[in-house]
Amino acid sequence: MSGLSLNDITKQFGDFTAVDDVRLDVPHGTFVCLLGPSGCGKTTLLRMIAGLEEPTAGAVVLDGKDITAVPTHKRDLGMVFQSLALFPHLSVGDNISYPLRIRGASRNEQNKRTEELLTLIHLSGYADRPVAKLSGGQRQRVAIARALAISPKLFLLDEPLSALDAKLREAMQVELRQLQQKLGITTIVVTHDQREAMTMADLVVVMGNGKIRQAAPPIEIYRRPADAFVADFIGSTNLLEVTADSAGRAIVLGQAIAGLKLPGGVGKASLSIRPEDVHLDKPGKDAIDGTVIFVRDLGGTIETFVEAGGANIVSVATPRERPNVKQGQKVGVVLPPESCVVLAL
Amino acid sequence: MRREPPRSLADYTPLVFPALMLTVFFVIPFSTMIMVSFFRRDPAGFFKPDFVVDNYARFLSLFFGNVLGFSLMLAIIVALCCVAIAFPFTYLLTKQSRKVQTVWLVCLLSVLSLSEVIIGFAWSTLFSRTAGITNLFVWLGLMTEPQALLPGFGAVLTGMVYQALPYTILVLYPALVRLDPTLLEAARTLGASPIRAFLNVVVPALRNTIVATLIMVFVFALGSYLLPQILGRPQHWTLSVLITDQAIYQSNIPFAAAMAVFLVLMSLALVGLTLLVGRRENAG
Repeated sequence: MSGLSLNDITKQFGDFTAVDDVRLDVPHGTFVCLLGPSGCGKTTLLRMIAGLEEPTAGAVVLDGKDITAVPTHKRDLGMVFQSLALFPHLSVGDNISYPLRIRGASRNEQNKRTEELLTLIHLSGYADRPVAKLSGGQRQRVAIARALAISPKLFLLDEPLSALDAKLREAMQVELRQLQQKLGITTIVVTHDQREAMTMADLVVVMGNGKIRQAAPPIEIYRRPADAFVADFIGSTNLLEVTADSAGRAIVLGQAIAGLKLPGGVGKASLSIRPEDVHLDKPGKDAIDGTVIFVRDLGGTIETFVEAGGANIVSVATPRERPNVKQGQKVGVVLPPESCVVLAL
Repeated sequence: MRREPPRSLADYTPLVFPALMLTVFFVIPFSTMIMVSFFRRDPAGFFKPDFVVDNYARFLSLFFGNVLGFSLMLAIIVALCCVAIAFPFTYLLTKQSRKVQTVWLVCLLSVLSLSEVIIGFAWSTLFSRTAGITNLFVWLGLMTEPQALLPGFGAVLTGMVYQALPYTILVLYPALVRLDPTLLEAARTLGASPIRAFLNVVVPALRNTIVATLIMVFVFALGSYLLPQILGRPQHWTLSVLITDQAIYQSNIPFAAAMAVFLVLMSLALVGLTLLVGRRENAG
């Protein structure tokens, strides 16, 4: 298969299992985000792909070739580190041409490629500047250009945008995604920022405790999370308890949800529903009775916090959809069955 | 960092204490030495105040020129050997666990507690024919019969490198500990083998530290006067040995002072040249 395969990779540090039996296939040209809370093993997994850590068990296979035992410098990859790791004693141009120089490219080739890359990252004319004289965003781009200089088979990035401020980070996410699409290069980014993953990835891999919890396209992860951990980690969600009555109907907070069924034999489960899917109506027979306890008007959206049957439910809507909800108002909470995701406990 | 130039006299007050120390411990003794170097020797007593350049004139001979040249060369070789050994060693040390590092550093510090005399005699025993390491080599079958490895240039060099090595490591250690380890990893992901990455990235990133360490060991080695006498032949004696000889055994303080002044000026010139070359390369 063309692309990257991780075959049952495990990494142990002493008694601690950082990465636990990870199996993943990444087709050529895919943009993958490894997403998870800190300590979930995502960086260790990336470092094993780069060859900077050796797996305790399992194999890394690139384009059908087992590269587990190939040392880092012979893997022909490009990697951007969290600290960027630009060489402080070299100029911008010399940083970018370093991998070419190592491979014995002629001075001419080096200059030509460096010029191309500088144009690609919108920094033409910066070749002779010292790295220390660049701004954070510019350094970021130089690190990216350096990693791409040899047109690597794999482009790896470890929390690449975490040092930038929020606005610049959002802009760089778009830029990075466009760059990857232009070059068609297999890319793996480690991040703990779910917005970053949603913006850039073809495939989001959510990790927790060293295991892959779910690997799917971003919108599927968002719409159909595999478990409560994923549902909670990606975006915000309402996690409610759901039980089955004798007739097999799903009961949430004492109210039967028409059209929603629990899998056969399951008496109790978790239900995840995104805030924007929760509708608020007048109190009625088909709705859960609730009281508005807080309204957060953010201008673009209105977040309504409803207390219903001992649980807190958040509902998000635009001001146009929900013009006058007041604190203390009695409402009926409607959970559309098509938006409810039932998760095994 | 932007600094404003000092405006009033009060802005210079932080300089008073260092200036005082420099005056008391450097300017006054060094001026005295320069003064004495122009005095005339009095065989009956010590010296007589005068202004003669005989002491410097006597110095301008082939013999002293050779000794000066040898002293500078020895100090340079010691400095290069120390940094060449200590830099990779310290680098590997910083990769070890905290505990291993502490044990090594404590051992190195304990070497510093040995005096030059003890180091000299320890090495002269180790290099001797009767009790030296060559007996060990014979026992291992590497040599047919034990040999004396001293007196000789190798013995002098070994002793001086041994003496200066702990200082070298202790000076390099903080800089190497602070070095960002991802720089090396980055070089490896970009296609450099570990050794190449070390030479391409670690060494240049710490160039200023290396130059400073070279100068420190050089100056340290230049002042060594016991080890060349214990471990070397007379042709391995450095200018410091001759200064000691003139000052203590020949009671010719003015001539010793003249040689000392000359030695200080030569080493200052060499240090200045190193810094100048370093700055030019940095700018280029």
